[in-house]
Order: sequence, then C-alpha cells, then structure tokens
Amino acid sequence: MFQVLINGLVLGCVYALVALGLTMVFSIMRVVNFAHGQMYMLGGFVVYYLYGEFHLPFFVALPAAAAALALVGAAFNRFFFQPVLANATREENSMLMAVGTALLLENLALSAFGEKQRGVPDVVDGTFILGDVADGGVILTYANAMVAAIAVLVIIALLAFVQYTRPGRALRAVAQDREAARLQGVDVKATTTLGFAIGAGLAGLAGGLLVTVYGVNAGVGSNLSTKAFIMIMIGGAGVTSGAIVGGLLLGFAEAIGYDMLPGSVTYLMIFVAMIVFLVFKPNGLFGKPWG
Amino acid sequence: MNNRMMLNGLVTALFLSMGAQAARAEDNVLKIGVDGVMSGEAASWGLVNKYCAETTAEMYNAKGGVLIGGKKYKLEIVALDDKNDPKASVTNAEKLTSDGIKYIIGPNIDTTALAVKPVMERAKALNFPYAFAKELYTAPANASVLGMVASYQVGPVMYSYLKTKKGVKSIAFLARNESDAKNQQAEGVEAAKKLGLKVTADSDSYEPGTKDFMPVITKIIKTKPDAIVLSGVAPADAPLLNKAARDLGFKGAISTETAQDSTILAQVAGAKAAGFMSVGGASTPEIQSDAMKAYIEAYKKHVGEWNDEAGTKVYALELILAVLQKNPAALTDVEVFKKEMATFSMPNPYVKGGKTTLEFVGKADFGRRSQVGVPLVVNEFDGKEFKTLFVGTIKN
Repeated sequence: MFQVLINGLVLGCVYALVALGLTMVFSIMRVVNFAHGQMYMLGGFVVYYLYGEFHLPFFVALPAAAAALALVGAAFNRFFFQPVLANATREENSMLMAVGTALLLENLALSAFGEKQRGVPDVVDGTFILGDVADGGVILTYANAMVAAIAVLVIIALLAFVQYTRPGRALRAVAQDREAARLQGVDVKATTTLGFAIGAGLAGLAGGLLVTVYGVNAGVGSNLSTKAFIMIMIGGAGVTSGAIVGGLLLGFAEAIGYDMLPGSVTYLMIFVAMIVFLVFKPNGLFGKPWG
Repeated sequence: MNNRMMLNGLVTALFLSMGAQAARAEDNVLKIGVDGVMSGEAASWGLVNKYCAETTAEMYNAKGGVLIGGKKYKLEIVALDDKNDPKASVTNAEKLTSDGIKYIIGPNIDTTALAVKPVMERAKALNFPYAFAKELYTAPANASVLGMVASYQVGPVMYSYLKTKKGVKSIAFLARNESDAKNQQAEGVEAAKKLGLKVTADSDSYEPGTKDFMPVITKIIKTKPDAIVLSGVAPADAPLLNKAARDLGFKGAISTETAQDSTILAQVAGAKAAGFMSVGGASTPEIQSDAMKAYIEAYKKHVGEWNDEAGTKVYALELILAVLQKNPAALTDVEVFKKEMATFSMPNPYVKGGKTTLEFVGKADFGRRSQVGVPLVVNEFDGKEFKTLFVGTIKN
C-alpha cells in the first residue's frame, strides 16, 4: 500500500502543477483553455530539443520551456482571445477559439515534430529502494522524486507570487471583479495577458519537467487537458487551492483505483464519482474564484 | 483569311491534343487509399501506413510509374485521418470509394476496421486493415485482407519461446483499454494457458493517454509473474511501461505482439527496455535485402527518419501492385484480385537470400488466404536497437 501512496503522491503533485495553469487562465479570463494540454506538449518539445538534442543543461532548458510557452500564451491572448472576448456576445465564441487553437497547435506539432514519441536522457538516475514492491516494499526513483519536488516548489512560488506581489494582487483583483479592479487603476488588459502567460508558462514548465520521465509526442495534449478539466472541476474552477487539491485527489484516485479495481473500471469510477460529486457540489470543493 | 483559319485550326488541334494527353495521363493514374489514425496519441499507426505507401509510390513514380498490363501507371496516395473514430473512418472510406479507389490500406484498430467493412462490401472495394478481429477475414466477410501478423498468431510462438528458452513459468497480461487490445489480451491468456503457463493477471488494463504507469505496473508486479505481456500496446506507451517495470524492480521478460520502434524505445527507456520482445517486419539488418535497404533510405528521405513499424507496413502496397501486375483486370474488379490471392506467390523482395516467398496466408486462422504474408519476425531490443530473435512463417 505504501507504494500505491507514493505513486499517488508523485502523480498528484504533477497533476496539481498541470491543473494550476488551467485554473489560472480560467480565473482571469473566464476562458476554458482547451489548448492547455497542447501547451504542455510544446513545453515538452522545447526541453526535448534544448536538453535532449542540443545538450544544454536541463536547468536552462526547463525555464526556457516555461518562458517560451509564456510568450506563446501572451501572444494567444493578445491576438486571439482578447479580440474575440472584446467583440463576442456569447461565451461559446471563446470556447470555440480555444478548441481551434488546440487543434492548430496539435497539427502544427505533428507536422513539425513528427508522429514519434520523444524522450530525453535521465536528469538524475537512481532509485530509493525500501524492499521488494512485490512483497510490500517501496521504490521511488530519483527522477520521480525530482519531478514531485520541483512541482511542489513551483506551486509554492506561484502561491507566494499571487499572494505577496503587486502583479499577483492585480491578478487576484481582476479574477474577483474586473470592473472594480479597473476602477482601482489596475491595467486589466496587461493583467489578463500576464495571467494567460503564467498559465501557459506553467503548462510549458509541466511539459518540460515531465518529458524527463514520460517523454512527449504531438498527440499527448488532449488526454492531459481532459484530466486537467477533471481536476479543476473537483477543486472548483478558477480556485488555486482547488486545482492543487483536485490534482492530488485525482493522483491518489488513479493510483488507488489501479491497485484495487480492474484497470478498465478505474477511470469509469472516477468519472461516475465526479458526476455524482458535481450534482451535490456543482462549484467544486472550493466554490468561487480566488475566494 | 486562310492564314487566320489555319491558325484557328492549329490552336484547336493543339487544345484537342493537350486534352487527349491529359485524358491519357488521367487514365494512367492508379489511386490507392489510406484510411487510418493520423492524429492523437496513436498517430504513428496510421501515419506509418501513409508514409510507407507514399514512399513506395515515390519510388515507382521516380521510375515512370508501375507497369500494369503494358501501361505505366503513376501512383497517387490519397490518405485520410480517421482519428481512431469509427464514424470518421466510415466517412473516409465512403469518400475514397466514391472517388473510384478500389484498394485501401487501413484502418488500424478493430472498431474502425469493422465500421468500414459494409462500405467496402457495398463499393466492391478491398481494404487492408491492421486490426485483428477475425470476423473481418473469415467468411462471409470478404472485403478485408489483414495487413500484418496477428497477435493470436505470434503470441503462442513468443510464449513458447519464453517458456523453453527463458524458463518462464508464469505470465501476466496488461492491455491498453481498447477493444482490440482487450481481445488480444483474452486470446493471449488462452494461448498461454494452453501452453501450461500460469497466468497471474488476465484482465488488467490502462487508459489510453496514461503517462505514469507506476500504479498499474505496481499491481502487476505484486502478482509475481516471470514475464509481462503488453497487449495492443502503442509505440508511445511501450517504453514507459518497460521503464516503470524496471524502476519498480521487475527483472523478468517483457514482450508485446505489436510492432514497435527502436528509436522511441532507446530515447524514452534506453537500457531499461533491454530484452523487450516485439514483432518486426524486415527492418532488422540481419534479414533485410538490398531492396529493403533502398526502401529505408527512400523512407528516410521522404519522412526525415526511419520508423521500425514500417518494416511490417511496407508489404501491403507492394503485394497489391504485384497482384495487379499479374492480372490487370483486378484494377477495376476486386473479385479478380480475390481469386488471385488463393494462389499468388512471389519472392519476398525485402528479405535477403531470395528464398522467402511473399504470398497471401491465413488459411489456418481464417479458413482462406486473407492475410498479407508478412514474415513472422520476433525482435529483441538490446538497449539501442532491435536484434532479430527468430523468423518464422504463418501457418497456412
């Protein structure tokens, strides 16, 4: 059971990082960014090329992935989403835009990077071994430990940024009440661009981090987006703590489900549980944005 | 006036002549369809089919086309992405057949292949799926030809090898949670039991899109098998599954009955995938002919890099063209093609030595020859590339 809990914890940390970016964009823009998984995928490819192909240090490639995707996010917001949101009278328009950008990115990636799964050399190689897994022992690879640790550090840094810095407070203000924030002198346009850039940057960072253990391929985005949606629905769309809790819950549900249930039933049960949960708690665990 | 009339006549003649030439060029184009998954996580399955067909077409077209019935035909590949969606696959098949295409390579999985079966029958066309459902190839079905070696053909051979050569006594099965992978798992379990192997896990599966395989492999390892069989595993998943198993301390054999790619295994899992057994075509250096080497170079030129899956998928179009060359009436009548399938045989151009034949097989499994006779090659990954473990033939 200890191995199952370790698996759940590692998976949960990773999922929380993925969900944070999505919830950030939703809270600021009220846009469900369907391209979040594709941004994760692009982050993976940035690290694949910089670290795997051009042999730059991993800790240079990883921030580069976050920065590159932050730029992509800022550009998407400036040139795609802001014009649509400014002119659209229906919410569906921004959703369609998000779906369109997801398809665009996936097809561009397929053309540019090919159909193959890609991987990079181990950043750290080794394993913490506490007995044989088959006999109840626990194993944690250094790579998984590194990924979980970086995910936790990034989450803490983001929470500190949002809580204690001026741009972070502006983000919270825009999320809570856009008009009130504007009246208080907050540059809403710049702040939403910053929010989108942070969300996309987090997706890129997660992709760049996880390419070291999972590899990456051009089609990886859609499934990841689906899981990210589950996480933020559980935690409450637009709520930072909700994304973290949602990610951890899904990680543990997956690990425990695969251990106790037939594999094909695990995700079925997760979806059924989510539906039942949302019937009784439609806003998720933590209710309204940035509360 | 006369001059003007002559000029008009000349222009008219020129246009008529150009029109006739265009018509002749139109007549001399042979269109081949490809219908399969070319996007998403399983994109490599369909894209490799597409790239293989395009590479073959390029090679023939560079020589002026393929000679059928004394006429040279330029090959044109029409490839459509079904996104692994049966509805899209049917739409694609309808589009291709309504365009007059008689031979279609794909689709890639049972659900999409079964969905297009009625379309093929209605349009009197023939398709070459990479799906293993027996109802596609056994009577009364008569519109599909299996493009590769099926899991239920190679599985028993592999398990027997594991039992006799590697001392495997118990085996666990893990499938991708899709209908064909689950079918492969059920058939593998039966085959393993028949060989007297103890099956420690017979129904475990993982969701397509899973990236962290630690949870699912943890459960498998707890059953203490000597070997793990990955049923219907996608090339993107295989290295991660190998890596998770080795990270969790599993020391037994790992195998799959689907084709894989050595570059992907090397990049994602490296030495942790050493010993992984999978199905190959003719891509390993030990068995490939000069024609295969030339094909690999052409494929690299066309796509940018080689994919070992193509070693299996190179065969379908080559065999289609060979039958059409033998009996040009099959260009427009697939019934003629089907009759030829019963007896057709040619030296396998892709295996060195010239003694291996390429023909239609499958009589033992489907009651008739409705399968491309791809050599039954089992590879083992050595941490960097595949080595041929053994080569066999499918019972006919």
